[in-house]
Amino acid sequence: MTTTVDTSTRTPSSLTGGTLPRWAPALVGTVAVVSAVALNRVTGLAGGFATTIVAALIFVVLQSVWSFAVEGKRHAVDRLATTVVYSTFFIAVVPLISVLFTVLAKGLKVMSWGFLVNSMRNVSPRSPGGGAGHAIVGTLEQVALAAAFAIPVGILAAIFLVEYGRGRLARAISFFVDVMTGVPSIVAGLFIFTAFVLGLGMERSGFAAALALAILMLPVIIRTTEEMLRIVPNELREASYALGVPKWRTVLKVVLPTSLAGIVTGAMLAVARVAGETAPLLLTTFLTQSYNNNPFAGPQAALPTFIWDQITSGTSASVDRAWAGALVLITLIMIFYIVAKLLANRFAPKG
Amino acid sequence: MADATTTDAASPISGASVRRGDRIFGGLSKYAGLTVLVIMAAIAVFLVWRAIPSLMTNTGNFFTEQSWNPDGDPSVFGIAALAFGTLVSSAIAMLLAVPVGIGIALFIVLYAPPRLAAALAFITDLLAAVPSIIFGLWGLEVLIPGSAGVQRWMSDYLGWTVIFENTLELYGKSIFIASIVLAIMILPTVAAVSREVILQVPAGHKEAALALGATRWEMVRMAVFPFAKPGMISGAMLGLGRALGETIAVALILSAAFTINIHLTEPGGNTFAANIALKWNEAGSNGLSALVASGLVLFFLTLSVNMVARWIIARRSEFSGAN
Repeated sequence: MTTTVDTSTRTPSSLTGGTLPRWAPALVGTVAVVSAVALNRVTGLAGGFATTIVAALIFVVLQSVWSFAVEGKRHAVDRLATTVVYSTFFIAVVPLISVLFTVLAKGLKVMSWGFLVNSMRNVSPRSPGGGAGHAIVGTLEQVALAAAFAIPVGILAAIFLVEYGRGRLARAISFFVDVMTGVPSIVAGLFIFTAFVLGLGMERSGFAAALALAILMLPVIIRTTEEMLRIVPNELREASYALGVPKWRTVLKVVLPTSLAGIVTGAMLAVARVAGETAPLLLTTFLTQSYNNNPFAGPQAALPTFIWDQITSGTSASVDRAWAGALVLITLIMIFYIVAKLLANRFAPKG
Repeated sequence: MADATTTDAASPISGASVRRGDRIFGGLSKYAGLTVLVIMAAIAVFLVWRAIPSLMTNTGNFFTEQSWNPDGDPSVFGIAALAFGTLVSSAIAMLLAVPVGIGIALFIVLYAPPRLAAALAFITDLLAAVPSIIFGLWGLEVLIPGSAGVQRWMSDYLGWTVIFENTLELYGKSIFIASIVLAIMILPTVAAVSREVILQVPAGHKEAALALGATRWEMVRMAVFPFAKPGMISGAMLGLGRALGETIAVALILSAAFTINIHLTEPGGNTFAANIALKWNEAGSNGLSALVASGLVLFFLTLSVNMVARWIIARRSEFSGAN
């Protein structure tokens, strides 16, 4: 505080303390980058990564010293904090861009119509060609089955929590829904394997995988549906009761339709989340290189396990196929995701 | 609580059909809710049931043994190396991801231009939508070759810390790389939870700080952090839960050793989840049971972490001044 008071008494025409000009960060940034690059050229320090770090350090030091001299300690700290906060965001964006760029660049190498429709039947890991058609079918079927289990149960459970649930039971369920969100995907796979394959003697199949995925979807759907139901204004329910409509019809005809868009969004996000799960599939299905359109019998491939199989084969042709599979998977998930976001923005309840 | 449906059904017309409709629908939704409890209980019961046979025949100490040979005769296996790899990689991932995640949340809510905020939040959510196998692929093919130089530098200049010392001069599939990939993967979780609590900080608190002449950082320290701290802690815990249970990315990146190696950049390391995925298809019946036993430990580990996180959130909302 004292510094501001001092400077304002020194310059009576202004009530504000000394401030750096608006272009100060840009100037310091340019100086930092130029000197870091120059240093890199002169000393031969290796790598763009090291140069970036050096540039960032020069920027922080220069800005702090300048700001400390003109504005005082508090503003120097504030500028330092601002720099750190901004840079955290770029730290997060760099891997995302790197991942998406790599998937796109390497995935397009062997991407073709044939890759989308062919299977790996009679294709050796070493030779190029083949495709992920069988895996795409498997993923779509398994995710659809999982959704068919998890969505009705999830929506009903959310209705219980919002419309019917009171007291200890509802609180316990609500708590365990949150805890269930954190169940590792491999534990869901272990559970389905021990309970259904070992316990009930079911064979390892696409259906078993779908059950494991359903366990992972369920808490996500309950949580998002619950949030959507809670936004529905009570006036709507009361108006319906006042007209003599019983509670269950009120829920079905008034509450659910009002929040439908949000529920659909939540379901799509849950689908997007489980479509890329690999671990539970490894435990609950056997991999196959051929088409198997029946999820209830025999081994069935899926995109994540296809990628896993190709990458662990380790030949250059199979690694190429793994990246192409990754591109297909990420495209599929992005489609789910963007459709969900569009629905949410379009139909979000106002207020 | 036993029959909330009938007491709640206070509709003006109390015809028999109405009550029956409510009882059926309310009962149905109650059973749907109960499935959550049933599934959680069943997971514990079935894992314990299948874990017991291997634990009975194990001749090594389950908690301290550094080898994994459950199908051998005698059967010897232990989770020491798995626990070490899991806890160390998750801890490093937390160290990296929590400050960055909170920084991202601060950036989106308080620093970025409001028009950009929604797009930036979307980008961090996008990071959450990338499947773990793709992160594993990226770590294997991009991060490992790309970071060898940095790791060599760390070994040369930070080698005195022992953990960064690399006596083999090999920079490949290591716990260090796994930790970085885990950090990237839990970043969206930490950022999303922190963002939510920072959004809830009452505008009055922030404006009061600014009106008193605080700089933006002082406002963050004095008004935002005290309010949002429990939420940030629980966000970090949820991220920890995710890191502990992450399977495929780690299975691709680690080279599955069964010894505890303190040199984190040297090839080796293993985690509960990765070990299950890697050993699953080659395991015999006792081997499967041993893997289930390690999965049980993982389940209770993540369960307790998540319960503590949720408990912190729940306690917070009761005393929240925001509502």
